Formats: sequence, structure tokens, C-alpha cells
Amino acid sequence: MTFNGILQIALFFGVLLLTVKPMGLFMARVFTGERTFLSPVFGPVERGLYRLFGVREDEDMKWTTYAFAMLAFSVMGLFLTYILLRLQGVLPLNPQGYGPKQMTPDLAFNTAVSFTTNTNWQSYAPDYTLSYFSNMVALAPHNWMSAATGIAVALALVRGFARRSAEGIGNFWVDATRAILYVLLPISLFYALILVQQGVPQNFAEYTKAATLEGASQTIGQGPVASQEAIKMLGTNGGGFFNANSAHPYENPTPLTNFLEMLSIFLIPAALTYTFGKMVGNVRQGWALLGAMSVMFLVGTFVCYGFEAAGNPQVQALGVPGGNYEGKEVRFGIANSALFAAITTAASCGAVNSMHDSFTPIGGLIPLFNIMSGEVIFGGVGAGLYGMLMFAILAVFIAGLMVGRTPEYLGKKIEQYEVKMAMLATLVLAASILGGTALGANLNLPKEPESTFATKLNQFPGTAYGSSSDTFYGATYNNVNNSGPHGLTEILYAYTSATGNNGSAFAGITANTPFYNVTLGLAMLIGRFLMIIPLLAIAGSLAAKKLVPASAGTFPTDTGTFVLLLIGVVLIVGALTYLPALALGPIVEQFQMSGGKLF
Amino acid sequence: MLRQLRPALMSVLAFTIITGLFFPFAITGISQVLFPKQARGSLIEQNGKIIGSELIGQTFAQPGYFHSRPSAAGGGYDAGASSGSNLGPTSSKLIKGIEDDPATKDADESYSGIPQLAVAYRKENNLAADASVPADAVTRSASGLDPEISPENAALQAPRVAAARKLGEDAVRKLVDENTAGRTLGLFGEPRVNVVLLNLALDKAAPDSKPKPAASPAP
Amino acid sequence: MATVLDKPSSPVTPPSAGGGRGGQFRPKNAPSSLFDPKIIKRAVLESFVKLDPRTVAKNPVMFVVEVGSVLTTFYWVRELVTKTGNPLFTGQVALWLWFTVLFANFAEAMAEGRGKAQADSLRKAKTQSTARRLVGNKEESVPGTALRKDDLIVCEAGEVIAGDGVVVEGIASVDESAITGESAPVIRESGGDRDAVTGGTKVLSDRIVIRITANPGESFLDRMISLVEGAKRQKTPNEIALSILLAGLTVIFLLAVVTLLPYAVYSVRAAGSGVAPSVTVLVALLVCLIPTTIGGLLSAIGIAGMDRVMQHNVLAMSGKAVEAAGDVNTLLLDKTGTITLGNRQAAEFLPLPGVTVEELANAAQLSSLADETPEGRSIVVLAKEKYGLRGRELAAHEAEFIPFTAQTRMSGVNIDGMEVRKGATDSVKKFVQEKGGRIPTELDEITTRIASAGGTPLAVSLNDKVLGIIYLKDVVKGGMRERFDALRAMGIKTVMITGDNPLTAKAIADEAGVDDFLAQATPEDKMALIKKEQAGGKLVAMTGDGTNDAPALAQADVGVAMNSGTQAAKEAGNMVDLDSNPTKLIEVVEIGKQLLMTRGALTTFSIANDVAKYFAIIPAMFLATYAELGSINFLKLGPGGTSSSAESAILACVIFNALIIIALIPLALRGIAYKPISAAATLRRNLLIYGFGGLVAPFPAIWIIDRFLVLLRLA
Repeated sequence: MTFNGILQIALFFGVLLLTVKPMGLFMARVFTGERTFLSPVFGPVERGLYRLFGVREDEDMKWTTYAFAMLAFSVMGLFLTYILLRLQGVLPLNPQGYGPKQMTPDLAFNTAVSFTTNTNWQSYAPDYTLSYFSNMVALAPHNWMSAATGIAVALALVRGFARRSAEGIGNFWVDATRAILYVLLPISLFYALILVQQGVPQNFAEYTKAATLEGASQTIGQGPVASQEAIKMLGTNGGGFFNANSAHPYENPTPLTNFLEMLSIFLIPAALTYTFGKMVGNVRQGWALLGAMSVMFLVGTFVCYGFEAAGNPQVQALGVPGGNYEGKEVRFGIANSALFAAITTAASCGAVNSMHDSFTPIGGLIPLFNIMSGEVIFGGVGAGLYGMLMFAILAVFIAGLMVGRTPEYLGKKIEQYEVKMAMLATLVLAASILGGTALGANLNLPKEPESTFATKLNQFPGTAYGSSSDTFYGATYNNVNNSGPHGLTEILYAYTSATGNNGSAFAGITANTPFYNVTLGLAMLIGRFLMIIPLLAIAGSLAAKKLVPASAGTFPTDTGTFVLLLIGVVLIVGALTYLPALALGPIVEQFQMSGGKLF
Repeated sequence: MLRQLRPALMSVLAFTIITGLFFPFAITGISQVLFPKQARGSLIEQNGKIIGSELIGQTFAQPGYFHSRPSAAGGGYDAGASSGSNLGPTSSKLIKGIEDDPATKDADESYSGIPQLAVAYRKENNLAADASVPADAVTRSASGLDPEISPENAALQAPRVAAARKLGEDAVRKLVDENTAGRTLGLFGEPRVNVVLLNLALDKAAPDSKPKPAASPAP
Repeated sequence: MATVLDKPSSPVTPPSAGGGRGGQFRPKNAPSSLFDPKIIKRAVLESFVKLDPRTVAKNPVMFVVEVGSVLTTFYWVRELVTKTGNPLFTGQVALWLWFTVLFANFAEAMAEGRGKAQADSLRKAKTQSTARRLVGNKEESVPGTALRKDDLIVCEAGEVIAGDGVVVEGIASVDESAITGESAPVIRESGGDRDAVTGGTKVLSDRIVIRITANPGESFLDRMISLVEGAKRQKTPNEIALSILLAGLTVIFLLAVVTLLPYAVYSVRAAGSGVAPSVTVLVALLVCLIPTTIGGLLSAIGIAGMDRVMQHNVLAMSGKAVEAAGDVNTLLLDKTGTITLGNRQAAEFLPLPGVTVEELANAAQLSSLADETPEGRSIVVLAKEKYGLRGRELAAHEAEFIPFTAQTRMSGVNIDGMEVRKGATDSVKKFVQEKGGRIPTELDEITTRIASAGGTPLAVSLNDKVLGIIYLKDVVKGGMRERFDALRAMGIKTVMITGDNPLTAKAIADEAGVDDFLAQATPEDKMALIKKEQAGGKLVAMTGDGTNDAPALAQADVGVAMNSGTQAAKEAGNMVDLDSNPTKLIEVVEIGKQLLMTRGALTTFSIANDVAKYFAIIPAMFLATYAELGSINFLKLGPGGTSSSAESAILACVIFNALIIIALIPLALRGIAYKPISAAATLRRNLLIYGFGGLVAPFPAIWIIDRFLVLLRLA
């Protein structure tokens, strides 16, 4: 670790904190329907959209309706994307002529699910799979819509706390529309232009054919990168325009863009804690959540940075001193790579500016554990807040018992229904991660594509499968790029990332196979909707409750004790669930690395 | 409940059009006017021909050029297939490398791990067999397209380039310095040398010693 | 073992409130010791009976353990028969898993044991009774069980009352010790609020006629028996929520352990050494991880909580009521008898201008001679002590006593042509004015002054002249201020309910230190106050005894009826205080809180334990596959450490896991130490003791057990 490295991390965090209050306040105004300086511009558009959708702005939804609207919105988008992806061959803006051969049914399913669920896991390399149209029209809109969905769900849950004896938890269409129009659109507009100024391309040209200085030919991928890059970060989506994602010099050309990209990942998740505090009438409550997130984030970041800076002794023994540079870009160095990795996994972004797969074991454990925490350390836009509130409910439940009262959070009694729903969400996520990894680590599928099982997977969900390389079949654990514990970590990371709706990867794994596409697709659906639906149920149940006034007997949830307790619950739930898997993955690998064991 | 289906359909269509078409076209339009060069990929034109992009690294093998980092993108600096090596810290392939199996004559299984890259680097640059090598010189970048190397790496290559070009080392060092970017605002990122721009500057400064294009272009 | 946990928490011993007939807080129904050998013996037997899977299935955590026990026993037998594997190890794991279930059963049986012992003695009271039923004018002897609602029975001195009922005729002193444990007899009489009698109690004097109000099986005694036995115990809301949490954790650990096998298979393949863990090892790991400590003690904690309430001679109709008591935000307390001593006492005579103190004292004493109320007696005494006026023998005079009525709100005496009256100022004023008398302005001044000082003014008149005022003073019980301060620290607001006027009420409220008061309260006002508090999301507790309290008792979240009160009140409340001591509510609140705290603390402890168990088991389990895991083998258990195999480490954890249940039974039964401090402070304290303690404690304990196992060559 260098002084400059620590300073960069501190500066990043300092600037982030400065944005929290203004941004949070602005969002609180937007989502409670107050006028903002943007109202003159977007007000008419907003009302026009409501007319088009056929919704009334003042209609309040019960949680079931809200959940149904959210699901309908997502499913509709999912279908549209699936169809557009499969049809990319006949659609415009396809200078490279990519078609269904590249975008197979299972990959289209995986990709459509991935973008709908704000995961942006990419089983494919976009550089040689996707047309500009697919990137721009089939996928990029989900960067907006899934982010808006996340914000909407978080708001619904916040209203559950803020309202008393109420039936409804808000209007999904209004929340989502406002999120896109007032929050995402204006920021993305300026952000994208700054990115272009810094060197991020924005064109519809064919891939450039260049003759290099040494006379070789080089094909340089182009496209409308900046417009997608901006929302990809701001909406914590993370789906790269290029395979190398934010490590690609066209996606992230300078330290300045890198700083902005990191900041924009955390901008909304951090500010939403303030919005939450504002809406429940006590901003200290929001700061407490932010405090818990910050502590976990900073500790993780410095552990990751520390191990990356310490480097790999095996490499150092070869006369290459210093930190671990494998899979890192020179312009970012180790500090910015570790910081970016911690940010992108703490928030469920998943964009990467370095290859997590090549991190040192503990350096790579941090991103993995950040996701395993349930994506609550800032988390995805909206998703982080509602995930953290779920943990707060569990923390308050245990704390409440310990102080001898029926637990309450923000004046709402936490009873069996809330505990049941919170446990359900926790359980389903654990099942998806652990179960998926167990399959991936051991399944030996029939090697021949003709055999029945593979054929079935092959044809899922319908039309014929394009390419057939038999490396896609056989033992699923052979799809990893590394052997030994690191290989297990690659599989574990894949299911963790999918379930946590993160989207980053230990990218050595070959995930573009029917098996991984389908199972990871299901993991993403489970991780998204089986988390959201129980939480909306909690929102509905909370909204209907009376408010218990606070007294000395109420245990305060805006203090350091609570922050520590919340951190404890997040860490312990994560650690207890995943420690066995982690012990056989990164933990043992760390000692093997020091001991010089190779695979 | 079913009343929500119409808004679902209409909103998906409307937002797809707004964010998937209007927005990128608007950004494209504005940026083509404001920042035309960057919007087109910061391409470098020489004699009417595009020779690359300022932002995308290239493979340099000849001693008269500064060499980029090793690359895992396609066959090396394939800007249509960006990628890192994705090899982990206990990967034998990374830490030891793989030697060609003489049994299979048609296939080349060899893979340059860090030791092979380090040996080659030392040899190229006339370094002692146990000399320390800058980490960036023997590790593959995340994108495989990293256009930059560390100033330390450039400094070690400077004597070789100077010798090959028959230039004074100071002149080469001066060019290196000119093409070195410090930390943004003295704080952000790392100091770095853009290899493509540096080599272009070399060609401009000493056009006579410009290495001949390789007979068989790298893949 | 964490020494912090062994510190026995003393039973709740709040400062004595003094006064009232309770005044004593020593649990009366408690067996002499927590571990009565008789109870232990019965509990040991019960623990085996409770192995019935249908019983265990009610507790998902323990059910998993039992399934694990069966599974490992099966493997043990198979290994013995086929002579494969390691039957010594498998057998020990199976044994300790069975112990784990048995220990949990034992904890529950211990908690139930005390109630059962008590139920037995109550049953005795019930079976002994025969009744003299009135049919028309004739009496017939029938067994107590034959009595039906609305039967009339007669009870005379020395007889046991055969069923619950109300006294319709007569007055008697009754020994209720069979139910309340209180040996001093109480008076039961027809009419008014002291007409309820309970089956199983004994008439000591006189004869009463009772109308039976409960059919057999529904009587108070029956309910009490089933309550103390816990026969119809329903889980409380928080208990259910906690059970859900524990079940959820169990499933998570099940997932973690079940998926560990495929990960192990992968790892063994990758490393090319070691073997994947056996089913026995996985079962052992699972049982160590799932929250068996709290799972095994959960129902014991609940039963013991109810039992503690019972020891305070409060009969809670449901565990829910006890739990609700812990949540109470507002406590409505009747002034009289709860905050103040039951009776006001004359403190001073305040004559009007032109009247001497002696004149006033004399008239006051005269008017009170026949007044047998405590207030009346205190007036006579004050006059005697301060002014040397001796009580006179009234028989010598021609005296006519005017009793107090609700209409006149005065009492007095007509003696030797003099009309002496005392009563509420307004009433006396009216009486004097009717006689044509004049009312001095000072009268109202004095009245207001006394009222505002918290006293009760009683005006005294002689014929058409008002003489002055008797200052009756409420006497606040000792120690009340401290108790209210403690309640405030816990976040509970106390509201004093009184029929007094606002000025008087305020003065007493200030003196006693309550937060608020409701003056001139009618039952409707009380009801409205409860509803208002509840509308604000608060939980309200109150005590009451009269029939007119019944609706409010029913409305309140915690309604404690006095056993001395009417049947209606007892039916409406969800607790009955057998001592009829209204201050008891405070103890009940504390027990309710303690109950929840014990659950929370043990849950935290149980979960915190898992960290240590992971560190003990996982490295030991995989050392053969990945020798590098030795680096996190802090306890140095398993191969290369304390023994040649991972088995001692696993066994040590299983044994620790079972023994900790036994070790914590006293804590579960007594409840964790309780202090009236703020919630934030309580949390910090409990987190430190049970959270941090739970994290650290198992390390040395497991290490020691492991050493023993190795030493004894058991693993």
C-alpha cells in the first residue's frame, strides 16, 4: 500500500460523502412528488407518459398490485429483449453481421434475464456477439428500467416504514417513471458527454481496420459506447460494451473517467440512505445505514488493496517485485483496481476495471464476500437499500429481544410475518448460491450434444441451437480456467454474482454453455424476484401497522451500537452461510499461494 | 391486477424508445459536434491511413520500438476481442508457463508464463539474469489492450531503443518524458507512458531509423 | 465454559413498595430450590417420553437433531455389523446427539416440573370438596363435580367451597391460601366488589350462600391447574417469530452442510488427496451449527417465564399476556391502594374566622364518632391526640346518626338538638344555605388550597354555620418514586387514575412521581384513555377489581384483575393477581421483559458459538485434503495437532454443543439478570456478555474437551 493509494481511496470516499445529502434530498423531493428545478422540463413529459400508460398519478397500490406491476414490467421487458436478441441478424445497426448463431437461445435467455434483473452478467464476449442495435435497444434500456425498478421497490419499502395504518405503498409506474426522468436521464446526459470528451467513443461506425506501426492489421471495435457506459455505471448495471468492460480503454480511458465511474456506481445507492432518512422523518436513521455500509466497504477495500499490493510471493520469487499486476491496467494501478473491485461488488454493479480472477486469493475473496453479504454494502440502486433494510429488520429483531421488548424498527413492530419474509429471502439466496455451485462443481453432463439431456438443454427454450463445440458439454467443472481451489472459486463466484445480481465474474469460467446459461439465468431470477417479492410483502405489512412512539424502552437505531450490530448481523449471516465454501476456495488458496503450491 | 398489463407494455415500449434510441442518438449527435475526434475512437491517421487509436495498445516486437505489455486479447492486442488472462495466483500456467509438447508436432501448446516473459524481457534489454523486472512488463493487462506501460518499464527499454535507433539515450529519454502522463491532478491514477504515442514520436523524431514493417503481420 | 454465564441471576427483587396487603415479593408458590430432587427425577423420566418424534417435531431445530441421531445410529449399527468405518467414533457421535435431544427435553421437563408439582397440590384441593346444594329450602349433599352454573350452595365455617361463585347471602372470612398461598383470611360478602369466592378455598367463620358461576372443568381452579401445568400452552407471538428465525437458520445451515459434500468431492478431486467427509461427520457438523442451544431451551424459557409470574402469585391466562407486559408503554395505576395507602388520614383542622380550632375539632370528632371508615377514625384520633378530646359515650345522649349517601355526600350526627355535618364542601355549603346560613368567602379559599396541595377538604358544619375544614391527606406509599423512576428508565409511562379533582390529583402525582394523571376518572374516562393510548400505538396495562373496571380490563393489552375483585373483573382481565396487590403489575412487566431478553441473549449466544465451531471443525475436516488449512486451525485440533484425526475435533464440538444446553438450563429457568436501565444500555451489556462471550467461550471449552477425548483414547 502506498500513501498515494490510500489517499486516492480516502479522496474517493470523501467526495462520495459530499454527494450524499444533496443527491438524497433531491431524490426525496422527486419521489414525494414535490417540484424540483427539473419539473418545468420533465413535468409535461411525465404527465404525457402517464396518459400513454393509462395510469393515474395519485393511485396508491397495495403491495400485491405493486408487486404485480413490477413483475409485469420486468417480464414484458424480458420478452422484448429475448426477441430482439434472437432477431439481431435481421435488425439494423449490425455492421459486423452478428446473428442468431452468436446469440443462441440459451444465451439469449441468460442475457435477457441478466439485463432485466440488473445483473448484467455476460456469458458472452460482446465484441464478437452483439450488434450495435442489440447493445443499444435490446440491452441498454434495461440499464434504465431495472435501475428504476430497484429504486421503486426501495421507495415502496421506505413508505412501508414511513406510513401508518395505510393500505398502499405507492404507485410503481410513478416511481419508475420519475426515477428514469428526473434522476437517471439528466445525470446520464452530462455524464455521457464527459465520457466522450475523455475519449469514450460514440458512433455507429464499423469496426475500424487499422494498420499498426509495425504493419500488422488491427481491428478496433467501435459503437455507441459512451451512452451505454454512463447508465451502466449510474444504474449499477455493469454490462460492458466490450468484453473487458471498464478495463477496456474505450470504456474507461483515463483516471478521471475511472474516478467518475466509481463515483457514479455509489452515487444513487449512497444517497438513497439519505432519501430514506428524510422520508421516515429522521435523517439520522439514514446516516446509520450509510455508516454500516461505509465501515464494511472501507474495511473490505483496504483488505483487498492490502493483499493486492502485497502481491504474489511466487511472482516475486521470479524477480518481479511489487504488487499483483496480472489483469490490471497501468493507468489505474493497484489502488484503483482494488478500489474499483470493492465498489463494483459492494454495489451490485459488476463492471470491472481489472480481472478479479487474477486477484490474489484474499484480494478476490473481498469482491466475492461483498456480493455474498447480500449486496447490501451500498448495493444496487434501490436494491442495496432494501437489502440493508431487510438485514436491519433481522438485526432489530434480535436486538429487540435482547432489550426485552417486541422488536420495533422506526416505530413499526417487527413480528412473525416480517421475520418470515426476511428469512425467506435470505434462505432462497443462500440456496441459489450454494446449490448452483454444488451443481457446477460436480455435474458431469453427457459429452455428446446428441444425447437426450444435452439436446434438451440445447434446444431450450425453443428453436435450434447454433454452434456446437463439445467443450460446452461434459463435466461442468472443466469449464473453469484454473484448477484447484481457484476453479471452485470461479464457479462459486459465478453463482454468487448471478444470485446477487452483481454481474461481475471470475471471468476465466466458460459460462456460455447451455448448462451455465440456464442455471445462472435461474439464479438471477431467484436472486432478483424472490428477494423483491418478500420485501414488498414486508412493505405492505409494515405500512398497515400503527406507529409505536419511541421511548427509553425502545432501542435506538440511529446509534453506533446499532451500526455495529447491523454490521455484525450482515457479516455473521454471510460468514456462517458461506464459510465452508470459502474455506475450500479462496481461503485455502491464500495459504497455498504463500506455500508455493500450484495447480 | 390485469389493469397493470397495459402500463407494463406501454412503459416498456416507451422507455425502450426513449433510452434505447433517443438517448444514444442524442448523445451521438451532440458528441459528433462537440468532440468529433474522441467520439470516433481517438483514431490516429497517418498519410490518410488509420494506424490505430491513441487509446488502444498495439503489439511491438522490434527492438526499435518500445514494447507494450504482454496481451491476452486474441493473439495479442486484438481490439475486437478484449480480454485478460484470467489466470489466478496459483495457476501453474501463469507462474510456470507451459512448454511446447514435442510429441504433437502440429500444435504449439506453449504458453509464456511470467518466468518466460521475464527471461525474454531481461534478454531483450540486456539485463542481468537476476535483475528485477517491472511487474507491468511481464503481466497481461485486464483488457489486453492496455496502451500504456509504467515509466520504470520505459526507462529499462530506453537503452535498447536508443541502440537500435542509433539515437542518444538522452534523446530517447526526453521523448519518454514527453509522452509520460503523471497522475491526474497529481492524485488520481498512476504515472504512465503511452507506447503507441511514444513510438509515433520516435518515428517522427528519427524517421530514418524507423523499423521496417514486419514481413508477416502479427495475428 | 464462559464464567460470565454461570453467575446466577438473582430473582427479581425490586424495592419493596411497602403497604398493601401484599407488600411481600418473595415468591410464595416457589418450590424451596430451583432444583428440587423430586422435580429432577420426574424431569429425567419425562425427557425420554418426550423423545416421541411427534413431540419433537414441534421444534424444528431439535427435530433435525433427532433425525441426525437416528441417522448416525443407523450408520453406527451398519459399521458394527459390516466391520467397516470407525464405529467408536460414529457411536459416540450418535450417543451425544441423542444426549442433545434428551438435554433439551430435560430442560423443558424441568420448566414444566415446577408447574406440575403445583398443579398436584391444587388438584388435591379440588378433589376433597363436597357441596351442600340448596334445592328449594332443602339441602342435599353432592360431590363438587356435580355442581352446575346457577346452583346455590351453602358453606359454613370449616367447609371447603366446592366451586367458583358469588356470595348471594351472608358474610364470611375465607382462607384462600390453597390458591394464593396467603394465610391471612379475607372477607367475602354479598353485594359490592368482594362477593367472589373461588372453589377450593375454605370458609373460616360464619355461613354464606353461594351462587355457582362455573360448570365443572371451567372453574378457576381448573383453569389454574391447566395453566400451571402448561397443558394448553400456546406459543407467544415473539416465540413464534423467533422459531421462524431459528427454523430459517437451520435450513441455511442444512444447505451449507449438504452442499459441503459436493465441494469436498471437488476439492478431493482437485487436490488428489484426502476423502470426502462421511455422513456422520456432516450430520455432526450440521448439529453443531444449527442453533440447538436456543432451540433446546426455547420452550423451557417460555414455561419458566410463566412460572416466575406464578411465583409472584399472578395467574397469567396466557403467555401472550406476559410477553405483552414486557412491551407495555403505559401503565394505568389506580391511586388508592396502589400509589397511596388505601386511606386518607386527617392531618389538620382549619377553622374559619371566628371559630376556634377546638370548636372545630370537637364538632369534627362528634360527627365522626359513628363513622367507622378509616378516614372517620383518623379524625377522631387526630382530635384526641392534638386537642385532648376524648371520644364520648354517645349512648348517654340522644344521638341520631346520619350515614353517608351518594346523594347527600355528607354524614353526621344529630345530637342534643345540634345538627353536625361533615362532607364535601359543596354539599355542606348547600346544606347550610338551605338552613339560611351564610357562607364565609374563606371557605372556598381554604378548600382550594387544600385541594391544590393534594389533600381532600371536608367541611364541617354545626347547624347553620360552617365551622371549618378537615384536611384529609393521602399518604403516598414508600418507595413508589424509585419504582416509577425505574419504569421511566425502561420507557414506561405511568398514569395515575383517581376520582379526585385535578388539583388534588396533580399534587399526589407530583409527590409520587408519576408521569401523568387522570383526575375525576369515571370508568368511561378510563376506557377512553386506554383507547387513546392504543390509537397512538401504545400498549396499555392496568389493574382493576370492580365490575365497572371490566370493560377497561378487557380493552387493555394487559389487564390485571385483583383476586379480591368481582368475577366480571377476573373474567375480563388476562391476569389475576391472587394477592390483590396492584403494585404487582410492575413485577409482571419486569418478568415479561426478562423473558424476551433471555430468549434474545441465548439466541445471540447460540449463533455466536458457531464461529468457533467452524474454526474447530472445518480445518480439521479438510486437513487431509488441503494441508494448508492448518494455518487457520487455531485450536490445533485434528491431524498434526492434538490428535491423529479430525474426529476428536468433531466429537469435541458435538459434546460441547450438548453440554452447553445442560449448563444453560439454570439461566433459562431463572432468566438472565435484569436491570432497569435504558434499552440502549441493556443492548450493549447483553451484546457484550452473550454476543462476545458466545464468540469466545467455545474455543477453550472445545479445546479442553478435545484434550480429554484424546487422553481417554476416545478419538
